[in-house]
Amino acid sequence: MAKQIFRLKVNGDNYEVFVEPNRCLHEVIRDEIGLTGTKEGCGTGDCGACTLWINGAPVTSCLMLVGEGEGAEVTTIEGLARDGELHPVQKAFIQHGALQCGFCIPGMIMSAAALLRDNPHPSELEIRQGIAGNLCRCTGYTKIVEAIEAVAAGSR
Amino acid sequence: MRPVKYLAAPTWRDAINALAKYPTAKAIAGGSDLLGWIKDDITGAKEPQWDILVDIRTIKEGAAIRFSRNEGLRIGSLATLTDLESAKEVQENYPLLASAVGHPASPGIRNVGTIGGNINQRPRCWYLRGAEFDCYKKGGDFCFAVTGKNEYHAILEGELCYIVHPSDVAPALLALDAKAKILGPKGEKTVPFSEYFVGPRVDVIRENILQHDEVLTEIQIPPPVPSSKSSFLKVTNRGVYDFAIVNIATWLKLNNGSVEDSRIVLSGVAPTPHRSTAAEGVIKGKRIDEALAKQAADQALVRARPMSDNAYKVEIAKTLIRRSLLEAAGA
Ligand SMILES: Cc1cc2nc3c(=O)[nH]c(=O)nc-3n(C[C@H](O)[C@H](O)[C@H](O)COP(=O)(O)OP(=O)(O)OC[C@H]3O[C@@H](n4cnc5c(N)ncnc54)[C@H](O)[C@@H]3O)c2cc1C
Ligand code: SF4
Ligand code: FES
Ligand code: FES
Repeated sequence: MAKQIFRLKVNGDNYEVFVEPNRCLHEVIRDEIGLTGTKEGCGTGDCGACTLWINGAPVTSCLMLVGEGEGAEVTTIEGLARDGELHPVQKAFIQHGALQCGFCIPGMIMSAAALLRDNPHPSELEIRQGIAGNLCRCTGYTKIVEAIEAVAAGSR
Repeated sequence: MRPVKYLAAPTWRDAINALAKYPTAKAIAGGSDLLGWIKDDITGAKEPQWDILVDIRTIKEGAAIRFSRNEGLRIGSLATLTDLESAKEVQENYPLLASAVGHPASPGIRNVGTIGGNINQRPRCWYLRGAEFDCYKKGGDFCFAVTGKNEYHAILEGELCYIVHPSDVAPALLALDAKAKILGPKGEKTVPFSEYFVGPRVDVIRENILQHDEVLTEIQIPPPVPSSKSSFLKVTNRGVYDFAIVNIATWLKLNNGSVEDSRIVLSGVAPTPHRSTAAEGVIKGKRIDEALAKQAADQALVRARPMSDNAYKVEIAKTLIRRSLLEAAGA
């Protein structure tokens, strides 16, 4: 299969990748660009481990071709920290012990951070709807929801 | 994933030219349905191995949402489900649609999934989605659901194939009397959604009338009708998100509290979104109350022919019809 050139903008940096066009966006970001925070769990849109932002909106990047990322601002978990300081949601997950193996966490945080940006004081139901597409198999959702609620309370 | 060639189409015309030129080309919008299909490598005598993906999201103006009091709503087929859910014009004038587009999948999929892709998504029958099952829908000569596991299959209108239409948006479009604008090599045409979906009796390998080189460019919804009421309900296995076991879009036009006109459409029960003219007949000219809603629900399922594992769906469909009528009528 002939490789094609694709231009991606990830976390503010421009990249030109030369890859097969059947590669999904998360694979190219992990394997070509080297940002491995974005995970692949299912590859079928069910688990949310691959969640990153396209123009600020959380999406399941395992169901996107690399070509579909062209022309967009892509943000991954690596792009959330500012000047070496973790994003408030990242800090809250650590403080509240809202992570165990960590596999689901990058995707979970990308969904949670987008939710709080658009709706700084969500109800518990809105939080649960915001992370509806992110499966966690070990921490459980109680601590995760607590961490997100803590960020919302802190910004009040 | 199988090798593919990727072409970005700048205009609808470029897209249909590419589709007409290559028999194994397929339009890709958000990709959230099609890439799952390709990753699972589903092929058959009547299911080509799609390997040229024509990106249509690159089409300018393809996602526009426009509303006017006279013409109603015009939705570019590339608008995402999230675009629609958050559009003021939709929330204010078409609460039924606003509710329906908030139901499919997770936020991360609704953010990329387009309304055109939702309408044209392929069914979720697990045999269809399993590469090793060469069933009727792929051009084979067997339906594995008849003798196999069929708890999520059709209870109405199945014949040869017993898929259920997977879309939450399609029943709302039928209930709102929407039309599809289709572009093909021979030009443009507008078709009511009541004639858009086709069941296995008409053609077992397809779910709608779109030909290989045609695309759905716009969804048109007539202006909101004064004194109309609506309701959208969906039952799923999981609390967070899942395909519908049954969903229902109900639209009523009331006159002094009695039903002057109605459209009651269910998905998850039949190979196409199922408009229940039987239920509509029961409520016409009457005031909706508990007893009438129950009567309509029973009448709607008189022709149900459940399979070995899915009789439970008959009761769920009846319950949803009853609840939906009472909710829409505010009774
Ligand atoms: C995990 C998961 C759960 C889901 N749950 C639900 C659910 O509960 N309810 C529900 O309704 N849906 C559900 N879906 C389906 C989802 O809504 C669709 O995948 C999405 O809307 C498809 O949009 P897309 O733009 O990504 O389509 P694509 O994947 O790009 O396209 C889908 C199909 O439509 C065709 N197509 C797309 N646009 C056009 C057009 N303009 N003209 C002609 N053909 C076109 C493509 O060729 C392709 O065959 C779910 C999907 C996933 C992955
Ligand atoms: S229900 Fe339809 S898609 Fe499923 S196995 Fe039978 S023929 Fe194939
Ligand atoms: S890896 Fe994308 S949703 Fe699971
Ligand atoms: S922390 Fe292990 S899956 Fe969520």
